[in-house]
Amino acid sequence: MSIATSEFDVATPAERSEDYLWTLNFGPQHPATHTTLRLVLKLEGERVVDAMPEMGYLHSGFEKIGEHLTFNQYVTVTDRMNYISPMANNVAWHEAVERLLGIDLTPRCKYIRVIIAELARISDHLLCNGAVGLDTGAFTFFLYAFYQREVIYDIFETLCGARFTNSYTRVGGASQDFTPLVIEKIRTFLKTFPKTLDDMERLLTRNRIFVDRTKGVGVLSKAEAINRSATGPVARASGVTRDLRKDEPYLAYRDFDFKVCCASAGDCYARYLVRMAEMRESLKIVAQALENLPSGPVNVGIDQRTALPTKKQVYSTIEGTISHFELSMANRGFEVPCEESYAAIEAPNGELGFYVVGDGGEAAYRARCRPPSVLHFALFPQLIRGHTLSDVVAVLGSLNIIAAELDR
Amino acid sequence: MAEATASREPSSPDPAGSEASRAAQDAVAAVATAFPGVESSVFRGQRRVVVPAERSFEVLASLKEAGFDLLVDVSCVDYLEYRGAKRRFGLVYLLASTATAARLTIRVFVDEPVEGTDPCPVVRSVVPLWEGADWLEREVWDLFGIRFEGHPDLRRLVMPEEFTGHPLRKDYPLQGRGERHNFPVLTRDRS
Repeated sequence: MSIATSEFDVATPAERSEDYLWTLNFGPQHPATHTTLRLVLKLEGERVVDAMPEMGYLHSGFEKIGEHLTFNQYVTVTDRMNYISPMANNVAWHEAVERLLGIDLTPRCKYIRVIIAELARISDHLLCNGAVGLDTGAFTFFLYAFYQREVIYDIFETLCGARFTNSYTRVGGASQDFTPLVIEKIRTFLKTFPKTLDDMERLLTRNRIFVDRTKGVGVLSKAEAINRSATGPVARASGVTRDLRKDEPYLAYRDFDFKVCCASAGDCYARYLVRMAEMRESLKIVAQALENLPSGPVNVGIDQRTALPTKKQVYSTIEGTISHFELSMANRGFEVPCEESYAAIEAPNGELGFYVVGDGGEAAYRARCRPPSVLHFALFPQLIRGHTLSDVVAVLGSLNIIAAELDR
Repeated sequence: MAEATASREPSSPDPAGSEASRAAQDAVAAVATAFPGVESSVFRGQRRVVVPAERSFEVLASLKEAGFDLLVDVSCVDYLEYRGAKRRFGLVYLLASTATAARLTIRVFVDEPVEGTDPCPVVRSVVPLWEGADWLEREVWDLFGIRFEGHPDLRRLVMPEEFTGHPLRKDYPLQGRGERHNFPVLTRDRS
């Protein structure tokens, strides 16, 4: 497979001493790791013989906190998991909670969640591909990508007041409804973004330097991708045609026309192409959802007693008043079954799921997060063996590892 | 695990007639005939199978053969304070099939051993079946203190190596226990 390891095989045991190997600490605070993670690389000259990924520098006990915060409070913590696309985490968390509680969302809420999850996917892929470009020397590309992220931040700010840590969803609904201004801003984004996407593709997709740096680097075979539990764009770039939006259509994904983007090469370049193609598909989904956005309420009805009623309902109906009081009081919230369930969404990074255990209380008994980054980071030694030190950043970038999600 | 008593059943993303649901149903039936004493239940369209700890590896191996080729997650729940629970820990293996998109949850319940010096339960590792289980099992060992027999490299994953204790156990408090004193004091000349 690699030059270094094949040399090992022919060497006699006496010569196999690894003394000549150079050990290099990459991270935890290297700018090209983008976040706080560490790699111990064993180098022979410039070639990586082995890599040992280390994590835990950002461990903050999110799962433990999840056992002490109520279902609605914990959404603020999910923001901080994959902070590149917090909206997708919000949707994933409340998807899992609503599965446990057995809440059926209103059609409008489903569409709104689809729109924000797809916008989050675009912003995540923009950063990931932008960072791959940046690490391989394409700075302009990164700036193009980041400018468009800024536009999406602006949409989210108009929607819920927060740019970065949105905490937008609520059990049984969302904190805000779409206003005409939000819809107008998303429409403008839908019009302007394809042009930038074209520019970005023209800048990088056939760029000789970029292709040389990424093609054939960090190859992941299909069998390996499945065996090592890779999901999302990483698995799809290796030919695994698994996309939860198609396979188990949650929310309203059944209503939309879109393709699952796959590649077969499994290298960094294929992962880049899959992400670029997915952004176009996401745009299609957002456009369809926005034009067919159902009218009606965002939150589930008062009788379900899960989402806070509107102020008008509180002041003018007795049910609204009672519901508002009960939901605001301790130990009088919604009923939680003594059961456990798992729900996952196709987050930008892969399958993001939550295994939630309810014990009748207002907080989860256990809130396990299934983070895609952990399994992708575990792939890293496999992908880098035999490549050069400069390929480390290309592979790391293409896996899109977010340390906050990694360590939780 | 009691059956659900909730009155509102949502429109399940996995309706009972679908290909995925049938595949999961067939797999559960096959497991039940091959391994007597295995219980299964359904909650919100999700099929779950409770497997005795000593046979978990065989069941998971047979399910992998039967088409559940993707190990989605390995995690654990500590039932110390759970009302009505009889066993201490419940391991969760989430399986999926990349061909039929079927899902299956395997539960393995273990207790703390009463005799011996090691207070940690032992379960057979599934790394020989799925290499993806490597880090997932390391995380369970780190946070719950469940040993995986046959794991190639069972080190802590998120907590530092010197750490003692397993923070996601229910008897480990949210705050207050002196985490700081678990670590040796580093001086400038020793660092």
